[in-house]
Amino acid sequence: MVQLSFDAHLCKTCPTGDCLVKCQYLDVDREKAGEEMVKISEGKDSFVLQDCVTCYACEEYCKRGNHPFYLITERRQEKGILVAPRAITRQWVNIGEPQGKYKVGKIRDKVLSLGFMPEYLESVKGELFEDLMPSYVFGQEFFCNVVYIHFADTAIIKQRLPRVIDHFKSLGVREVVFMHDECYGAFASLAPAYGMEVPFKAVHYFEYLYQRLRDLRDKIRPLRLKAAYQRPCSARLCPDKHHFVRDIMNLIGVELVERQYQDENALCCSGILSLCFGYDIAHDVKARNLADMVKHGAQYCVFNCPACQNTLGAEVAKMGIRPIHMIDLCRMAIGEKSPNGVRPT
Amino acid sequence: MKNILQALADAVGRDYVSDQPEEMYFYARDPGLMPPHQPDYVVVPGTVEEIQTVVRLASREKIPIVPMGAGMALTGLIIPLKGGIVLDMKRMNRILEVHEKARYALVEGGTSQGFLKSYLEEHHPRLRHSIPDSPATATIAANVMIHGQGRLTQQYGFNSDMVSGLEVVLASGEICRIGSCAVSPDWFSKGAPFPDLSGLFLGWFGATGIITKIAVKLYPRKKMRDVEIFLTDDEELVPSMIYELTHTEMVEDINIFVQPRPMIFRGNHHIALFFTGDTDEELEFKRKLIWHALDPYIKSKDGGFMGIPPVMKPTLLDMPQKSVSRFADVKKGGGFEYSGPIILVEKYPQCARKIVELAARYDLGYSGMARIIGRGHSMMYGFAFTFNRADSEMMARTRSALCEISLFVLELGGVFWKPTVEEQKMALEKMDPNTRALMKMIKANLDPLGIMNPGNWEVA
Ligand SMILES: Cc1cc2nc3c(=O)[nH]c(=O)nc-3n(C[C@H](O)[C@H](O)[C@H](O)COP(=O)(O)OP(=O)(O)OC[C@H]3O[C@@H](n4cnc5c(N)ncnc54)[C@H](O)[C@@H]3O)c2cc1C
Repeated sequence: MVQLSFDAHLCKTCPTGDCLVKCQYLDVDREKAGEEMVKISEGKDSFVLQDCVTCYACEEYCKRGNHPFYLITERRQEKGILVAPRAITRQWVNIGEPQGKYKVGKIRDKVLSLGFMPEYLESVKGELFEDLMPSYVFGQEFFCNVVYIHFADTAIIKQRLPRVIDHFKSLGVREVVFMHDECYGAFASLAPAYGMEVPFKAVHYFEYLYQRLRDLRDKIRPLRLKAAYQRPCSARLCPDKHHFVRDIMNLIGVELVERQYQDENALCCSGILSLCFGYDIAHDVKARNLADMVKHGAQYCVFNCPACQNTLGAEVAKMGIRPIHMIDLCRMAIGEKSPNGVRPT
Repeated sequence: MKNILQALADAVGRDYVSDQPEEMYFYARDPGLMPPHQPDYVVVPGTVEEIQTVVRLASREKIPIVPMGAGMALTGLIIPLKGGIVLDMKRMNRILEVHEKARYALVEGGTSQGFLKSYLEEHHPRLRHSIPDSPATATIAANVMIHGQGRLTQQYGFNSDMVSGLEVVLASGEICRIGSCAVSPDWFSKGAPFPDLSGLFLGWFGATGIITKIAVKLYPRKKMRDVEIFLTDDEELVPSMIYELTHTEMVEDINIFVQPRPMIFRGNHHIALFFTGDTDEELEFKRKLIWHALDPYIKSKDGGFMGIPPVMKPTLLDMPQKSVSRFADVKKGGGFEYSGPIILVEKYPQCARKIVELAARYDLGYSGMARIIGRGHSMMYGFAFTFNRADSEMMARTRSALCEISLFVLELGGVFWKPTVEEQKMALEKMDPNTRALMKMIKANLDPLGIMNPGNWEVA
C-alpha cells in the first residue's frame, strides 16, 4: 500500500535529488534539491512551494517512494499558498460538484468508469468495449476529484472521495476500469493511502485495452504510422502502467517516435500552466513540445487525457500532425474508424 | 371607424391591415413586463409612399401611430399606450445598397439584423456590421432608435454611432433625409461636416419620425475570430482589468457575465474577450497582448484565463449569441426582462452586488451581463431576470426588483437604456431643466399633434 508519510531522512541521504534536479520547470542542483525538500518537510518556506507548476513528475522521479509532490501539495495547503488564481480553483471545484445528473448503464460485476468526461460517451462505442458496455458510470458522482492536487486542495479530495467510493459501493461492483490515470491512481493508491477502504479492484484502461486488443488480434491491421505520445501529468501517479503505451503501439503497428519529451521527460500539455501562470510559460512549453513532435516526424499525436487533447488538439493539427485519442487509434487498428474518419478535435 | 380601416386598406392593400381581435391581442404586448394595451389597427406597409399615406391619414384623423420592428426591446416601447395604429415594419426589409469600398450598407427601415448578416456573409464576405445579441429578427432601424449595442461596440461605440444616414417620414408625412445623403447620392455620414440632425430622431423611440431607410457603417470581417474568458472572484478589480484590456486596443468586444447556473459559472465574474485576425500570427499576437495585459492579476492570483473546451467555442462565437435567448426561458413560460443602464465601468462592483442582492431578496433567476461601450467610456450593465409569464406573482416580484434598480441606477449616476415610460418620466424629472425644455421644443415642433408613439418622451 502507498504510504504518503514523508521521511526527511530519505531526502537528506538521497544520492541524486532527482525529484527537483530532473524537474523541467525549476533549475535546481542535487545539493539544493535535498536542502529544499528537507526544508519543506520541516514546514519551512521554500521557493519550490511558490514555483512548482504541478506537473506531478517528481512523483515518478523519486525512486525512493517519498512522494515529494504530495508533500509540496499538503504544505502549500497548510500555508495557504495559492497555485491557481482563486477564481480558477473555484470554477474547477464547482465543475466537480455532484449534481444528480449522473448516468448509469446496465451495471454488471465489471464496470467502465467514464469519470465525467463526456468525450468518452462516444469513444466507448464499438467492439473494443463490447465486453464491458453497457455497464458504465458517468458523472460527477463518480469523479475521483484528484485533479484538485493541481490547486493544492487535498481537503476537497478527502471530503468528496469517500462519497464517490460509496456510490460505487451502492452499485455492488467488483471491478472498475478507469478511463483516466487520475481516477485509476485515486482508487488504486491514493484512497488506500488516505485510509479509505476501496471495495473493488481498480483497473487502468490501458491494461484493459491491451488485453482486449490481444483478444481481437485477428482483426488488427498494423497501422504503420509514426506517432508522438502526449503523456499527461496524471500518468505520473501510476508510472507502473506507462509501459502499456508502448505495448499497445507495438500490437497495432504504430511506431512511437523517439523524441526528447517523452516518457519521464514528457512535457505538460500546457493547459494547467496557462490556467495558473499565464501566457509565457504555457506558450514556451507548448512551442517546445510541438517543435519536438515535428522534428521527429510524428504523423499523429496520440492523447490519453481528453483535457490534453482539448488543449493541444487544434495546435498539433495546425502543425500538420493529426490529433487522435488512444482509443480511436486502437479502433482504427481494428478497422472501426478510417484514418480520415477519426473524431475531429 | 370603418372608413379608417378602408382608408388604411386602400393605402397598403387589404391583406396588410387588420382590426381583428386576435391580431389586436398580439400587437398589444411585448415579451417584457409592461401591461398590454390594444391598438385599433395594425398596418404592415411595403413602401415609403404607403407609410407617407398612413402617416398623413393618422395626422388628419389625430390617430396615434407606433412604429414597430420585431418588438424585442422588451420595455414596452411598441405597446400602443393610447391605441391607434401599430405600423409593423417587417415588409420593408430590402437591402438597397452595399458600398464595399466605403463600407456602408443602405437598408429599408424594417430590415432585420439576421438578414443583413447573412446577406453580407454571402455577397460581401469581407464586411460585417455590429450585430446585437437580440434574436436575429430584431431590426436594424429599431436597434439604433434605442441606441443599441452590438459586437463591435467596444471598438466603435453605440450602434447608433455607426449610422451613416437616415431617411425619415415626419409626422406631417414628408420625407426628410439626414446626413450626407441630403446633399449627395452617397450615404457616408449621418451629420458631419454639417449640423448632425440625426439626434432629432435617434433615441426618440419613433416619437419624432419613422425611419424608412438607414445606412450603417460596415467594418472589416477578418477570417478568424476567437474568444478568451478571464475569471475573477473580486468584482472590485473588474474596472481596472477593463482599463488594462481596453488599453491594448486588441479586443473587438468585451462582455462580462455573472450567473449562478450552470454550476461552472457560479461565484465568478467572466470577462469574455473577442478578437479577430486574418492569419494565425495576427490572432496569436493579439492573444498574447491581451493575456499580458492581465499578467499582474494572474500573478497575484486575483484572476486567470479559463480553459475553454473546444465544444464550448461555437456557442460563444455565435452571432447573435443564442445563450441570451436561452436564458430567457430558464423559468419556462418565456418571460425575460432586463434593465440595462448605461453607466461608468467603475460602477461595475456596485451593480454586480446589487443584482445578487435583489435576486436573493425577490427569489428570482438572474444573470448579470455587461457590455463595454467604447474603450471603457461606459458600459451597459444588464440586470436580467427570467420569469414564468403564467406566474403572476413571480412577474410582480420581477417588476419590484426592476423598479428598485431604476432608483438605484439614477442614484449611481447611470442613465436608463431603452427606458420604460416610467423610467423616461424619472429621467426627465432629474434632467437639467434647460435640456428638458429643449426636448419639449423638439417634440412639439416635430410632432405638433402628439400622434407619434405617444406616451414616450412626453415632457409635461
Ligand atoms: C434575448 C435578447 C437579447 C438582446 N440583446 C441585445 C443586444 O445585445 N444589444 C442590443 O442593443 N439589444 C439587445 N436586445 C434588445 C432588443 O431586442 C434589440 O435592441 C433590438 O434590436 C430591438 O429591435 P426590435 O426590432 O425588436 O425593436 P422594437 O422593440 O420593435 O422597437 C424598438 C423601438 O424602436 C421604435 N421603432 C421601431 N422601428 C422603427 C422605425 N423604423 N422608425 C422609428 N422608430 C422605430 C419602436 O417604436 C420602439 O420604440 C436583446 C433582446 C433580447 C430579447
